[in-house]
Amino acid sequence: MSKAGITVATADPPAPAVRPLPRRRGIEVALIVLAVLLSVYGYCAVGLARHGALPPGAAGYGAGLGVLALLAHLAVRLRAPYADPLLLPIGVLLNGLGLVLIYRLDLETPGDRAAPAQLVWSTLGVALFILVILLLRDHRVLQRYTYVCVVSALVLLTLPILFPAVNGARIWIRIAGFSIQPGEFAKVLLAVFFAAYLAANRNALAYTGRRVWRLQLPTGRVLGPIVAVWLVSVGVLVLERDLGTSLLFFGLFVILLYVATGRTGWIAVGLLLAALGAVAVGRLEPHVHSRIETWLHPFASIEAGEGANQLAQSLFAFAEGGMLGTGLGLGHSFLIGFAVKSDFILATAGEELGLAGLSAVFLLYSLLVERGFRAGLAQREPFGRLLAVGLASLVALQVFVIAGGVTGLIPLTGMAMPFLAQGGSSVVTNWAIVALLVRVSDSARRSYDGQDAR
Amino acid sequence: MTRHIRHAGYFCALLLVALLLNAARIQVVQAPSYDRNPANRRPDITRYEQPRGDILVGGRPVTGSKDTREHLRYERTYTDGPMYAPVTGFASQLYGTTLLESTEDGVLSGADPMLAPFPLWNDFTRARNAGGDVVTTLHPAAQEAAFKGLAGRKGAVAALEPSTGRILALVSAPSYDPQSLAGNGSVASRAWARLNADRDRPMLNRAVRQTYPPGSTFKVVTAAAALDAGVVTDLEAPTDSPGPYRLPGTRTRLTNASKGCANASVREAFTFSCNTVFAKLGVRVGVTDMTATAHAFGFNNGQLRIPFPVARSTFDTTLDKAQLALSSIGQYNTRATPLQMAMVAAAVANGGQVRDPYLVERTTRPGGSTLATAGSRAIRQAMYPSTAVGLRAMMRDVVENGTGRNAAIPGAKVGGKSGTAQHGRGNSGTPYAWFVSWAQGDRDLAPRVAVAVVVEDAEADRGDISGGGDAAPIARAVMEAVLKSR
Repeated sequence: MSKAGITVATADPPAPAVRPLPRRRGIEVALIVLAVLLSVYGYCAVGLARHGALPPGAAGYGAGLGVLALLAHLAVRLRAPYADPLLLPIGVLLNGLGLVLIYRLDLETPGDRAAPAQLVWSTLGVALFILVILLLRDHRVLQRYTYVCVVSALVLLTLPILFPAVNGARIWIRIAGFSIQPGEFAKVLLAVFFAAYLAANRNALAYTGRRVWRLQLPTGRVLGPIVAVWLVSVGVLVLERDLGTSLLFFGLFVILLYVATGRTGWIAVGLLLAALGAVAVGRLEPHVHSRIETWLHPFASIEAGEGANQLAQSLFAFAEGGMLGTGLGLGHSFLIGFAVKSDFILATAGEELGLAGLSAVFLLYSLLVERGFRAGLAQREPFGRLLAVGLASLVALQVFVIAGGVTGLIPLTGMAMPFLAQGGSSVVTNWAIVALLVRVSDSARRSYDGQDAR
Repeated sequence: MTRHIRHAGYFCALLLVALLLNAARIQVVQAPSYDRNPANRRPDITRYEQPRGDILVGGRPVTGSKDTREHLRYERTYTDGPMYAPVTGFASQLYGTTLLESTEDGVLSGADPMLAPFPLWNDFTRARNAGGDVVTTLHPAAQEAAFKGLAGRKGAVAALEPSTGRILALVSAPSYDPQSLAGNGSVASRAWARLNADRDRPMLNRAVRQTYPPGSTFKVVTAAAALDAGVVTDLEAPTDSPGPYRLPGTRTRLTNASKGCANASVREAFTFSCNTVFAKLGVRVGVTDMTATAHAFGFNNGQLRIPFPVARSTFDTTLDKAQLALSSIGQYNTRATPLQMAMVAAAVANGGQVRDPYLVERTTRPGGSTLATAGSRAIRQAMYPSTAVGLRAMMRDVVENGTGRNAAIPGAKVGGKSGTAQHGRGNSGTPYAWFVSWAQGDRDLAPRVAVAVVVEDAEADRGDISGGGDAAPIARAVMEAVLKSR
């Protein structure tokens, strides 16, 4: 060993070279093509498994999905060239997979075909995505509409009270044969409101008011509006018996409050309130109580001689899938009964794609969430950060609540698996979420000046 | 804020990990117990997804499968269902499987791993093999003759090939059509309720699952024991036996149905079925030797499977002399399945050797290539070959001159033994008519068929019941059917 091996830094290190971030639009196109091909492949696999022949619409289906995805890509290329290249392909793949699963389940219920409608809604969703990318040049514009957002969110949440309940939940409105779930749209609007309000008042929330234990209790003037909005939204949902969405809003609220103020105490308060709320609702609502009972004893109905309930059927479906699944089109998830295309669509994925496929789906979602968080981290101004974190958390929480419900991890609350489940409002909303994430990530990376945003 | 965004991100990652772990728990750890849950219909759906393999008789399938286009897609069909029901059993979507449908279910349903092209291949591909076929040893003409012979009566027939133990006919009457139980609709459940409520018990397989007192047909066993033990050395010599015979240690007097039994020779006593002679003979042979011979014929063996289990035929081993006397003429606690008595006749026909009977010749893959064949069966020497020679002569006497004339077949050597078994409290029941026999065509080197027939006909006038009258014609028809075929 010679001493020449050791160099001593005597001069200043060279300043980091400022070079533009690669845009990576080519990668996005490649991934989109892959996503479309995977979906078409799944579509063909279903046809081959069920009829021994390629489904007649495979080419048209592939072309339709491909054209939609490429239009969305063009919009991104035109107006958000720095955007994260993973977000759009993940949306396309999940949406395509959802269409395949719904088409596959349609084969079991010839009288009730949902895939064509879902295709229409997906088209609308992508159209909304394109519209947002083209029209919303800067996400900070949304900050101006903080109160418009919250008012329309509350109106949307309240609307279904005027309509009859479906399967014990009052969350749909039916117009001209279409059923819409306004709560889905309200999610995004509330996320925008929370992000905007917390961004504007986070210092006041964190540093003013009295300190109680580890909690900086802010003045009522600052905290008041947000608690009021949150209480109203959750209260409305409890009235509508839509506990999944209540849980979602609650989680979103706690996460954003924690991120905005940096106070751990909020989490403690949140958990405490959640526990209290859960106990109260579980005691008072027979609907909820029975769901908790089902969660604790999924096979009780079998022992009582009443046959398997929906959760038990769902568990059977997952169990049948095992490691590698039965193969698309070859499972028997129709045994789950109603909601097999919506709340329980994950059971079909679990049965026919197995643990391997299910894990892939979960990883796709977590990749979407991770890219959302990354957009938030890369963003410099608080509204964009909170917005990205809020939207990503929405996806994460929703996936957890519904996937945990159908796999028996937590009590079941009716909710739509983002992109996969049958349901127009849900698909459109999720495309809006992806559009906003694309917008935030574009602005974050556009302003990248070579210094680590951290 | 950055730090807290990261924390929120970790929290979301934690949720994902929880989901993945829980999915692995359900799909890998818990999956086997969920698959076994009785409320899980998937195993049933998979099972009936494909047509079931067939059971073959004489090269032709007697079963089939029908596509119902329901969730449980394929349903079993049967040709000549009632005739073959004591062999095939039923395969029902509601009530499971019985008999061959049950013991050969792995091959028929395609679940048997031997059907896979390579070991573990199906575990990997999740493919399911098409069902294989089960080739039976049944002789279609013999089965038909037995079935027609029993038509309208209650009873059973079992026929064997003495040299191999192959079962040629297995009939139980009254029977039922297993097809009526095949589906899962109300037709099947109504048929099930009706069959179970039927006092004639049509689903009881009388040939292998029901034991009867064998009556005088058991004298074959007693004679074999006496000859083997050396108690009798000369079949023509008069035995010192009174008629009626007072059972040792009791005041009960045993009488005979026929005359001339006092001091009759064993040959005469066998030909005219003298109870007194054989009761006394059994007592002279003693419990030990009687038991040993009965064992060798297959009595007291509860393990016999053909491949479905055969009810245990019994010869009591703890007896006083009076009980032994009664046991030796097939009464008291002596009970036998028709199949067991066919084994007794087969042993005599086969030079004293007993082979365990079997019903499945081989199993095949869907294409017809052999999957497994019936291995050679255990051989037991039930009696000395010389004893068998003597018994064959005596059994032929029964057919030529005695109570079994109804079984005679022109141009064939036929040996037989009739029996009329008392049963019920104080012997009040309608007696069972028995006939066991074997037959050898004039160009055959050895006897080709051994038969046991039992008729438990409650309708008939009590005086008309006799082995020679009711059971022997059925035995003859079965033997003729076998001898006719080359």
